[in-house]
Amino acid sequence: MSGSKVATMRDAIAALVRDGDSVAIEGFTHLISFAAGHEIIRQGRRDLTLIRMTPDLIYDQMVAAGTASGLVFSWLGNPGVGSLHAIRRRTEGDAPTLALEEYSHFGMVGRYTAGAMRLPFFPLRSYFETDLPAANPRIRPIRSPYGDELVYAVPPLNPDVTIVHAQRADAAGNTQIWGLLGCQKEAAFAADRVIVVVEELVDEAVIRADPNRTAIPGVIVDAVVVEPFGAHPSYSQGHYDRDSRFYVEWEAISRDPERLDAWLREWVHDLPDRAAYREKLGPETLARLRPTGSAPSGSVDYGRYG
Amino acid sequence: MSAAPATRTERMIVAAARELAGKRVCFVGVGLPNIAVNLAQRTVAPELELVYESGVYGARPGRLPLSIGDPTIVTGATAVTSMLELFGYYLQGGRVDVGFLGAAQIDRYGNINTTVIGDYAHPRTRLPGSGGACEIAIDAREVFIVMRQSARSFVERIDFRTSPGNLGGGEAAARLRAEQGWTGHGPSVVVTDLGVWRFGTDGEMVLVSLHPGATLDEVRGATGWAPAIAPDLRPTPEPEPEELRLIREELDPAGLYTR
Repeated sequence: MSGSKVATMRDAIAALVRDGDSVAIEGFTHLISFAAGHEIIRQGRRDLTLIRMTPDLIYDQMVAAGTASGLVFSWLGNPGVGSLHAIRRRTEGDAPTLALEEYSHFGMVGRYTAGAMRLPFFPLRSYFETDLPAANPRIRPIRSPYGDELVYAVPPLNPDVTIVHAQRADAAGNTQIWGLLGCQKEAAFAADRVIVVVEELVDEAVIRADPNRTAIPGVIVDAVVVEPFGAHPSYSQGHYDRDSRFYVEWEAISRDPERLDAWLREWVHDLPDRAAYREKLGPETLARLRPTGSAPSGSVDYGRYG
Repeated sequence: MSAAPATRTERMIVAAARELAGKRVCFVGVGLPNIAVNLAQRTVAPELELVYESGVYGARPGRLPLSIGDPTIVTGATAVTSMLELFGYYLQGGRVDVGFLGAAQIDRYGNINTTVIGDYAHPRTRLPGSGGACEIAIDAREVFIVMRQSARSFVERIDFRTSPGNLGGGEAAARLRAEQGWTGHGPSVVVTDLGVWRFGTDGEMVLVSLHPGATLDEVRGATGWAPAIAPDLRPTPEPEPEELRLIREELDPAGLYTR
């Protein structure tokens, strides 16, 4: 097919992610591309500034593997469970070795939005009477040009690379998402380079049959990687559940640096690709994470005109 | 056969859930608030619209969501929105009645720290940070706080102010909130494993009910300042068997939150 952007994960990361880049692997709990994160670790990228609202397990793993020198975020934890201990080890005590730049959730959303719209800042009503602007001097008060009202501003965020996982895309990169949308769309439009990783590659006609569901147009996409189960242990709505058991297990793995290194060896370095990871997970895990039933949307009729 | 007596955590969750009676739109936080709000929807507040910062309005979770981004909050919800819409239109637009927050440290005025213990640049403990808490504290019409109480969490001075409460006192905080056009009126209740606190006009929290089994000495030992005690302090009403059944059998059968 002409204009196809379909690539292997190895080729996409090799071509589009460079040492020193700022990289956003977005997806709010949902659709986190662990597959891309693991390939970045395997290819030994260094000195990355990792950007995510919720760094989640994937950035704990990438920080532990030595890929990162900085982290831009708004909530740093293992959601519903506890801490990200590899990141904590590099940020606590007398000599932190990971540079942190932190915002609130709305601040991060606003940063991506300003980045996507080529605006010099995003205004919001957060941060008043908090210590956040002192901790991060890039959060600044500004006065409305139409009166005396004071709001806070956050600067635009334009990642060198944004990577999003999605349910489906066509070969040109037109990408559809359902379930939690997070700020994948904003993060993709804000980025210089975009990789989408999908559960399923579909025909262009499938996309065109339901245009309301398209989050990211192919025109801003550089590579399409097909990687079923590529978001595990996060999830893909309708395909598989979040592996909460693994999120709970991560607490003990991440707490112990030797155990964490052994985990990275076993599940990342010693595996050639995501297909091998999927095979190693085994049929029981894949079956355990299947939705317990079906919940289809009612279809709508767009009508034909002309 | 009678069920096991309520634990302190279960008392805290039930008391927090009951505070939601009559409320309409509630912004749900991760952890204990999550189970309290899901209990309220099944008991005192069946009309409650659950808002999750991950971009869901009107969630009807079929199981207790372990995280606030669980797929169960999507299926059957009224609306799924981008996070820009959720924080911009729903929360900052003033459409959220109650924001439910947890905290690592709180002071007598309901100011909250979820960022660091110790100095910011060289913290002893790095906590998760704001997430949506900072904007919830400013934009939600009122804020409920649910947290375990100890001398380490109820402190004279918080190490970092992540989310503003009644600042340095009630009158000044109310004036400032009005002047700056905040839609939120700040914290209205703090539910702990020992009792329930509300806020006086001076902006300071007052213990209004004590959970059965907890003592005032215990409360004083677990509060980093001399706490105000309501003259008509009462015992917190006992959880109903149905509330305990819902927690133990439906909401948290594995005991992730409650044991």
